[in-house]
Amino acid sequence: MIRIEVRDLRLSYAGREVLHGVSFDLRSNEILSIIGPAQAGKTTILRCLNRTIDFVPDARMSGGISVDGEALNGRTDVEALRRKIGMVTPLPVGLPLSVRDNVAFAPRCAGVSNRAELDGIVEQCLRRAMLWDEVKDRLSIEGTKLSGGQQQRLTLARALSHRPEILCLDEFSIAIDPVTTMRIEEVLKELRNEISIILVTNLTQQARRLADRTMFLMKGEVVELAETSVVFSDTPSDRRTYDYANGKFG
Amino acid sequence: MPRSWRKLREAPIEALIRLCGISATLFVLGIFLFVCREALPLWNNEAFHLSEFLFSDQWYPTSEHTKRYGVLAMIAGTFGVTLLAMLMAAPLGMGAAIYISEFCGPRRREILKVMVELLAAIPSVVWGFAGLTITSRVIVRLTNADVGVNLLNGAVLLALMSVPIIVSLAEDAFKAVPDSYREAALALGATRWQTTWRVLLPAARNGLTAAVLLGFGRAIGETMAVLMATGHAVKIPSSVLDPVRTLTANIAAELGEAPEKSTHYQVLFLTGVLLFLITFVVNLSAGLVIRRERSQ
Repeated sequence: MIRIEVRDLRLSYAGREVLHGVSFDLRSNEILSIIGPAQAGKTTILRCLNRTIDFVPDARMSGGISVDGEALNGRTDVEALRRKIGMVTPLPVGLPLSVRDNVAFAPRCAGVSNRAELDGIVEQCLRRAMLWDEVKDRLSIEGTKLSGGQQQRLTLARALSHRPEILCLDEFSIAIDPVTTMRIEEVLKELRNEISIILVTNLTQQARRLADRTMFLMKGEVVELAETSVVFSDTPSDRRTYDYANGKFG
Repeated sequence: MPRSWRKLREAPIEALIRLCGISATLFVLGIFLFVCREALPLWNNEAFHLSEFLFSDQWYPTSEHTKRYGVLAMIAGTFGVTLLAMLMAAPLGMGAAIYISEFCGPRRREILKVMVELLAAIPSVVWGFAGLTITSRVIVRLTNADVGVNLLNGAVLLALMSVPIIVSLAEDAFKAVPDSYREAALALGATRWQTTWRVLLPAARNGLTAAVLLGFGRAIGETMAVLMATGHAVKIPSSVLDPVRTLTANIAAELGEAPEKSTHYQVLFLTGVLLFLITFVVNLSAGLVIRRERSQ
C-alpha cells in the first residue's frame, strides 16, 4: 500500500528552483532512505511533506503530494497532517519546557489530558528513543539543559509522541554516539512493523543497514530509486550512484 | 592632519560623550537629593510623626488647630487605582501583543504598531479630559454611581495609558523567542494558539513580567489624568466606585498652595520621596527580571 505519493514536486526559494520535478512513493511498512550530497534538496522534500515549508515566506511549491490518498492543498488540516507525520530535524530543538512536557506536548495539543495516559506515552517514547534510563529521575528539568545527543533523542521521543504513521528522520544521529545509534536503529527496524519511515542520511552505511529502498538525490533531481541492495551494488543503473556510494564525490 | 592633532580633538569629544552618557544618572541622583533635602527638616519637626504620615488617613494640613499629615488614604488610592488599572491593562496588552506578534500579517503588524505608538503619545491632560467628560458619564450610566469621577474611572484611564508600554515591551519579549521553537511546536501538530499558550508564553515569561511591571511604573507615576478623573477625595476607598485621591495628584494640587518651608510643604516633598522609592523598587524589579532572562 502506498502511504505517500509525490509527483513532479517542484520547489523554489525566491524564484530559484531547488527541486526539479521529484517523484517517488513511500510504501507502508518500509524504510526509505534518501541519500545525496549537500544541496540535493533532501531536507526540503521532508519540509514539503509535513507542510513546514509554509514557514518559509518566499517558498513556492508545485506538483502533487498526497498522503494516504489525500492531496495536500490549501484546505488540508495541517495539524492533523503534522500529527500523522513525525519529524526529527538535524539540529535538535528542545522546547523551553521540562523533559516530560516536551514529550507530552504533542499529545496534549491533540487533546490527551489524562495524567496516567500522558505518563505512559512519555515513558514509552523515551524508552524507544533510548533516553529513558538517562532522564527517568529528572523528568522535570528543562529539556534544553540536556546534552546535544540527549536533546536529539528527546526530539526523536517527541516525534513518536503523537503516534505518527510516518516518521521522517533527518540526520537523526549526528550527535549520538555509535553504540546508542545502533540501539536506536534496532528500534527503527521494529517500528517498521507499525509505520513507514523516511530516513535522510549522509551516512551511506546507515542507509545500507536500515533501508528497504534507497533514493539517490542530486541537485534537486532523483538520480536513482531502487532496492537498497541494488543502489549499493556494483551495478546501479546510474554511474553517479556508484560513484557517490563509493565515496568518489559528495 | 597630523596624528597628534587628531588625538587632541578626540579627547574633548570623548569627554562630552561620556558626560551625555552619565547625565541620566546625574539627573536622577540630583532630583532625589533635592527632594530629600526639602523633606529633611521634618526630622526635627515636633508637629510631624513618620508613623502618622504612613499609617493615618487623616489629612488636614491646613487646619487651624489639629493639623494632620497622614497619607494612608492616598497610598490606598494610588495602589487601588494602579492595581485595578493593571488588572485591565495586563490582559488587554498581552492579547494585543500576541495578536501583533503571532497572528496578524506583516502589513497589519506595522500599522498596529504605529497606532500603539500614537496611543502612547496622547498627552495625559487629554486623557484626563476624556475621563472627566466621557468615561465618567459612561460609568454613571452603567452603575448608577453617585459620581463618575472615581477609582474605577481613574483605573480605566491609567489602563489605557499603560497599555502601549505593555504592548511594545511584550511584543519585544515574543519577538525574542527563537523561531525554531514556533516551528518545532507547529511541526508537532500544535495550532498557533496552542503554540502561543504552551510554548511562547512560558518562554517569554520574564519579558512579559517586566512589561507589566514597567506598565505599573508608568501608571503609578501618572498625575494629571488621575487628578482630573478620580474625584480627589481623601478617603480609603471601600468600593471601586468611591472617589479617591492619589499621592501624585495630592502633590500637584497642593504644592502651589503650601507656603515654602512650612510643614505642609515639607510633607508634600516627603510624599515625593515615597513615590520615588515606590517607582524605584518597581523599575528595579523589572530590571532584575529582564537580567535574569538574559542570563538564562
